[in-house]
Amino acid sequence: MSESRHLRESIRNGLWRQNPGLAQILGLCPILAISTNMVNAVSLGLATVMAMTLSNLVVSGLRRWIAYEIRIPVFILIIAALVTVLDLAFNAYFHSLYLVLGIFIPLITTNCIVLARAEAYAAKNGLLESTVDGIAMGFGLVWVLALLGLLRELIGNGTLFSGIEMVFSGLEPISVFGDAYPGFLLAALPPGAFFILAGLIAAYNAINAHHATRVSPNPPPVQASVPPAA
Amino acid sequence: MTVPDPARTESSASSPGFFAKLPPALARALISAFGLFAFTLAFTSLMAFTYEMTRDRIQAAIDQQQMLLIGEVLPNLAYDNALLTDVIEAETSNENHVGKIWRARNGSAPVALVFETFAPDGYGGRINLIVSLDNEGRIGGVRVASHHETPGLGDYIDPAKDRKKEAPWIHQFSGADASATRWEVKKDGGNFDYHAGATISARAVTRAVGRAAAWVNARREALFAAPEGSRFSAEQGEGNKQ
Repeated sequence: MSESRHLRESIRNGLWRQNPGLAQILGLCPILAISTNMVNAVSLGLATVMAMTLSNLVVSGLRRWIAYEIRIPVFILIIAALVTVLDLAFNAYFHSLYLVLGIFIPLITTNCIVLARAEAYAAKNGLLESTVDGIAMGFGLVWVLALLGLLRELIGNGTLFSGIEMVFSGLEPISVFGDAYPGFLLAALPPGAFFILAGLIAAYNAINAHHATRVSPNPPPVQASVPPAA
Repeated sequence: MTVPDPARTESSASSPGFFAKLPPALARALISAFGLFAFTLAFTSLMAFTYEMTRDRIQAAIDQQQMLLIGEVLPNLAYDNALLTDVIEAETSNENHVGKIWRARNGSAPVALVFETFAPDGYGGRINLIVSLDNEGRIGGVRVASHHETPGLGDYIDPAKDRKKEAPWIHQFSGADASATRWEVKKDGGNFDYHAGATISARAVTRAVGRAAAWVNARREALFAAPEGSRFSAEQGEGNKQ
């Protein structure tokens, strides 16, 4: 496989075929906790992109020196150290952004998609491929988080983009159903996140099934390569 | 998740030199242990280095933020002293949780006390607060200096994150009497609202404000009299209570 085809494959895997939120179903704790509105969800997503890109880069660069038996503790060490450095750097140099994103950054350490990509991809591939994989997987997570946040916010509170004024001053949240909307608290609480995520996964599988029957008569099953975990 | 890679496992066992003389299992264990030690050392140094490099800037940013909050909790009260340097520090005990105390005066007349306190029992841990208390024993205002409450759920305690922009949750403390108020959320029989589904954050803040305000209120004169820059000990407070 040529270099550019390989990279295109990585991007397609991250954004759709092995999407961390919909196909691998990894790193659910932060996803479900943070996706109460779209701005928070995208903020966490972008922070994860940064952490995952960096950790894939470093793991890939050091992979020759990491003994097989101790790779998992070393990966966790690398991820935790990078997240700490990111947290401190943001706090010091982008303090206003840190006040918005800051609470999300330590949560990334608990997101096992970062460890999963270090183990399943970066430990076996070169610097460029691993970095691209980190970015693609990260943005795969971003769009799922954005959609989940959008739906939860819309159903739960009847608003869109609440909290946007914290990121871009001057912009205002949109009230879709007006002030009379009573709200539907379940959507904003963790069980609502599970229901809506389940709906998204069902839609994802339906699209894949539909696509597969149209493209070839006997379709290869679209399957997650990693077993589901929280 | 992954099948062990036989080629790699073999190679680490048959390392040359010193390790070759040892039994293979011991050699492997030693190589792993040294490897892990080296990585831990390297990445801990990286974190320590970053911490050292950023410490001053982070402290400066936090201080700046705090000054802003002090301005916000002192509404419409005229004072003419240098508030930021007229500061004492309370010796924090479990009873009060009060930290620095800034004293606003107008000439020689006491105007208000602004103090740091914290709620140790927020949903996400400690919630740091800035509170002001005027000379009639009423709360001037409360602000959250830092917190780790769940975004979109418990973070309404911070007015910047509160969806009700015209009447944020935290404003209900302004004007409350430190001694005559029941410092609990309504669910627990007190005077203060909370958001359904996120009671813990509201309860923690409400109790912390009440606890600290009562402590400061009981020692108001002693706190104003304490020399600038001094530490205010718990015993000193006891003596002035009567």
